[in-house]
Amino acid sequence: MAVDYLYPEYEIIRNYDRCINCRVCERQCSNEAHEYLGDMGKMVSDDAKCVNCHRCVSLCPTRALKIVKSDHTFKANANWDAAKIREIYKQAASGGVLLSSMGNPENFPVYFDKMVINASQVTNPSIDPLREPMETRIHLGAKPSKIERDKNGRIRKNLPPHLKLSMPVMFSAMSFGSISYNAHESLARAAAELGIYYNTGEGGLHEDLYKYGSNTIVQVASGRFGVHRKYLDSGAAIEIKMGQGAKPGIGGHLPGKKIVGDISRTRMIPEGTDAISPAPHHDIYSIEDLRQLVYSLKEATRYTKPVIVKIAAVHNVAAIASGIARSGADIIAIDGFRGGTGAAPTRIRDHVGIPIELALASVDKRLRDEGIRDNVSIVVGGSIRSSADVVKAVALGADCVYIGTAALIALGCHLCRNCHTGKCNWGIATQREDLVKRLNPDIGYKRVVNLMTAWQHEIKEMMGGMGINAIESLRGNRLMLRGVGLNEKELEILGIKHAGE
Amino acid sequence: MKRVYVNEKWCLACHLCEYYCAFASTGEKDMARALKNVKIRPRIRVEELGGISFAVSCRHCDDPLCVKGCITGALTRVDGVIMIDSDRCIGCYTCILCCPFGAVSPTEHGAVQKCELCIRTTAGTPQCVQGCPNGTIVFEERGE
Amino acid sequence: MKKEVSSLKYVIIGNSAAAVGAVEAIRRNDSKGRIVIIGSEKYHVYSRPLISYLLMGKTDEERMKYRNNDFYRNNKCEVRLNTTAVKIDAEKKIVHLDNGDCETYDKLLVATGSSPFIPPVPGLEKVEDKFTFTTLDDAKALGEKVKENTRVLIVGAGLIGLKCAEAISKRKAEIVCVDLSTRVLSSILDEEGSEIIKRHLESNGIMFCLGRQVKEFGKGWALLDDDTGILFDVLVLAVGVRPNISLLKDAGAKTNRGILIDERCRTSIPDIYAAGDCCESMDISSGETKVMALLPNAYMQGECAGMNMSGVDFRFEKAIPMNAIGLLGKHIISAGTYKGDTYIESDGSNYKKLFYSDNRLNGYILIGNIEKAGIYTSLIRERTPLDSLDFELICKMPGLMAFSRETRAEKLGGIRNELVRA
Repeated sequence: MAVDYLYPEYEIIRNYDRCINCRVCERQCSNEAHEYLGDMGKMVSDDAKCVNCHRCVSLCPTRALKIVKSDHTFKANANWDAAKIREIYKQAASGGVLLSSMGNPENFPVYFDKMVINASQVTNPSIDPLREPMETRIHLGAKPSKIERDKNGRIRKNLPPHLKLSMPVMFSAMSFGSISYNAHESLARAAAELGIYYNTGEGGLHEDLYKYGSNTIVQVASGRFGVHRKYLDSGAAIEIKMGQGAKPGIGGHLPGKKIVGDISRTRMIPEGTDAISPAPHHDIYSIEDLRQLVYSLKEATRYTKPVIVKIAAVHNVAAIASGIARSGADIIAIDGFRGGTGAAPTRIRDHVGIPIELALASVDKRLRDEGIRDNVSIVVGGSIRSSADVVKAVALGADCVYIGTAALIALGCHLCRNCHTGKCNWGIATQREDLVKRLNPDIGYKRVVNLMTAWQHEIKEMMGGMGINAIESLRGNRLMLRGVGLNEKELEILGIKHAGE
Repeated sequence: MKRVYVNEKWCLACHLCEYYCAFASTGEKDMARALKNVKIRPRIRVEELGGISFAVSCRHCDDPLCVKGCITGALTRVDGVIMIDSDRCIGCYTCILCCPFGAVSPTEHGAVQKCELCIRTTAGTPQCVQGCPNGTIVFEERGE
Repeated sequence: MKKEVSSLKYVIIGNSAAAVGAVEAIRRNDSKGRIVIIGSEKYHVYSRPLISYLLMGKTDEERMKYRNNDFYRNNKCEVRLNTTAVKIDAEKKIVHLDNGDCETYDKLLVATGSSPFIPPVPGLEKVEDKFTFTTLDDAKALGEKVKENTRVLIVGAGLIGLKCAEAISKRKAEIVCVDLSTRVLSSILDEEGSEIIKRHLESNGIMFCLGRQVKEFGKGWALLDDDTGILFDVLVLAVGVRPNISLLKDAGAKTNRGILIDERCRTSIPDIYAAGDCCESMDISSGETKVMALLPNAYMQGECAGMNMSGVDFRFEKAIPMNAIGLLGKHIISAGTYKGDTYIESDGSNYKKLFYSDNRLNGYILIGNIEKAGIYTSLIRERTPLDSLDFELICKMPGLMAFSRETRAEKLGGIRNELVRA
């Protein structure tokens, strides 16, 4: 067994001059990394158990703790880095697929960070958002291509059902099961207060949260868990999940031990059974099949709700989106390869899919070229990290963005990427009662509201700088972007000029 | 008046309230310096058993049995806050006998101690509330 | 609730806890009416139980004051100290004083307290330095006489006798304590508890002759009923107190051992109330009417009387016997009635005994570890049904944990505490 021994990745550094043995670190660590030795009268830590989630660091009242990356190292090798060697040891020992959580951490280019935003100078005035009205409201859904009038010349109300948002951000699909009830409640309450939407994910909707239905997008995925008439009726929109950016082409698997109590009831499956979402929808093998499901859901909800089709950003995303835009869907959601997950095979997460910036640019262009851009709204997700990313995504052609990870970070997530262990110390990605209660939705929802309020202010600042007073006017306005350090091909796909041009 | 209220639903049994309480009464600026090698005697105490936990401190009753029972006059109600004059208190523990919440406790110095809503501390507002990481302990006015 | 009843004249006979309770209650309802306090001692209101602490040096005359110096002024009380009421004319509503004056009243509170009982032992008159131990003057006089190595004989091993013993043991006096009972603190402790306390006191140098009584005194000596002779310099008589009921008894009020009052602290005579150690009231832990001479009850009865005197209907019906006492570092808290089944924890130094029957806690004794004792007290006082909580748990650990989640939410979530007010 000694061969398998891996020196811990992180070391817990305790300043014994500051530690007062209050034991909060010990009480708060679900990984049991800290222990009080009564006979010695001191706290000790086991680095091997630490996942670097910072719960102890955050709560330590005397700032006696920090977590550092171990400087223990393999012999330097630009090709065989430590992570790859470790993974081989793990697999050699277990014979299993490696699991990971949250988004792709690999060093792929982040195109958002290689684009810069324009601002007005002299010839066109910038706008001060503190003095002048600035509109961030958007509507999602199909837009009629022309105005129709009746015999008397009056405008015919032919607008399909829309979602109205106070700002172009929604909380992306995270199921009850992958995240806790309190996380769900926080997001639901935040969405309601902000006038935006959150998404149930494929776990059904807890009965207590139906009251937030008018700010809820209910998801229908390949497992069809928790889907019933009241569920569909309760939401403001219905999302068909075809794929997920973190694991394109892969289904989902919530282990039976997590299917307990409310989760079992909400998903409508017996306690203890594994919840397996198949990789494909077994009734969808073509755009025509998809169209059937889209219209089944519309029919079921009397054409009162927009239907969203969510796909992962993959190689032929533009062509796929073109098909979806013709399927009757009102909104296309595209999830880039950096999108988060509660658990995914590491190789899939890190190596399958394409960056959302490129997917968005090519989808928007394709739909425009085909004259069907107004058939659908486009929502993009997959690592929107700041208001600048929102502005850039809108300028590239998105109507709206989905955020998942950013919202969870607002709730306390420290991106330790151990969601799959179910022992989230922040009460988010866990169903353990003692851990779930660590996320008080009264606090959580306010933090999410704060984050969105801050982003909205920043979006207005950036819009004002560009001389734009309505976010709708920014959509697809790629002249507002310039690339920095991008090659010709990248600029071509993004449809932007290089800085200086 | 504003009081400290505890909602056990959100109590994590982290016991930080006890440490912030103990720290508040030291008048020190740094908790490590104040509480290093000290066995704390907080005025707020967490009860904990089988997954249930909650902190208990003086309720500042409108009809305080401790004040009525106090044989020295050391316990008084000042603007709704029940205060202890530790110079007068002779440690007879009649208040401990009377308090239905178990919120008065003995000290090493003879006099009893109890929560005074941090009125006498440098912070001036209840530090258990400030230190609670989960909004379990709040300091607010509620209808009576 | 408040009703302004101005121009009433309140007279309070007595100047201790019950009187203060009454003044504070009256002033809540009536800021104008005259309040006259008649006190036979010469002092500002002080806490009688503190006299042993004074003797011990743990407090001083200033800190013994039960209320601050401005208490009378702030509450607009006219105080006649060093004055004793000698007669109540209930017909004419007049109180006659020993200095020949008299006070008319609209509402009268009799809070005359109790006096030490002097046992009729032959030869007592021959003892030069003999004291009782209930007033500040007693403590001062005793303090003058007790020095290092003074031999003190204390007759009575109850609360007063032992607090006295504790106080003077600090002066390195030689103390012998005699009691007719075979146990110390027999009124508040059971056998095992008494034994623990006796051992504790003996290890601190106090000697006991229990189950004996003095059959004769001489100058500097006492002869016990087993013919043991004890030589002493100072004698303290602490065999008990008697309620001071004669004023009201002579006025025609109903009395027993104490003055009989109802739950509004009314005597049988209209507009005359009584409170404190001079009264008998209902002990709800036993259902019996008895004298419960203890300060918290005195205050609360005084408060109740004051409320009713000033026109607010108010009932005090949760009286129970209870005591908190420390003896040379060992603390005892007890309350209620010792009947029913028992729960016992004992390690020879810490002791806990709970008494319960018919789904109610009747009483308890705690020695040593007394933390959170009030939770047991409240179970007795509130007559809480024991099946409404986790009794097994609360026996081991007094705390709110044993109550239901709803009860806790009420207690900690801020619903008004309605413990005494009916």
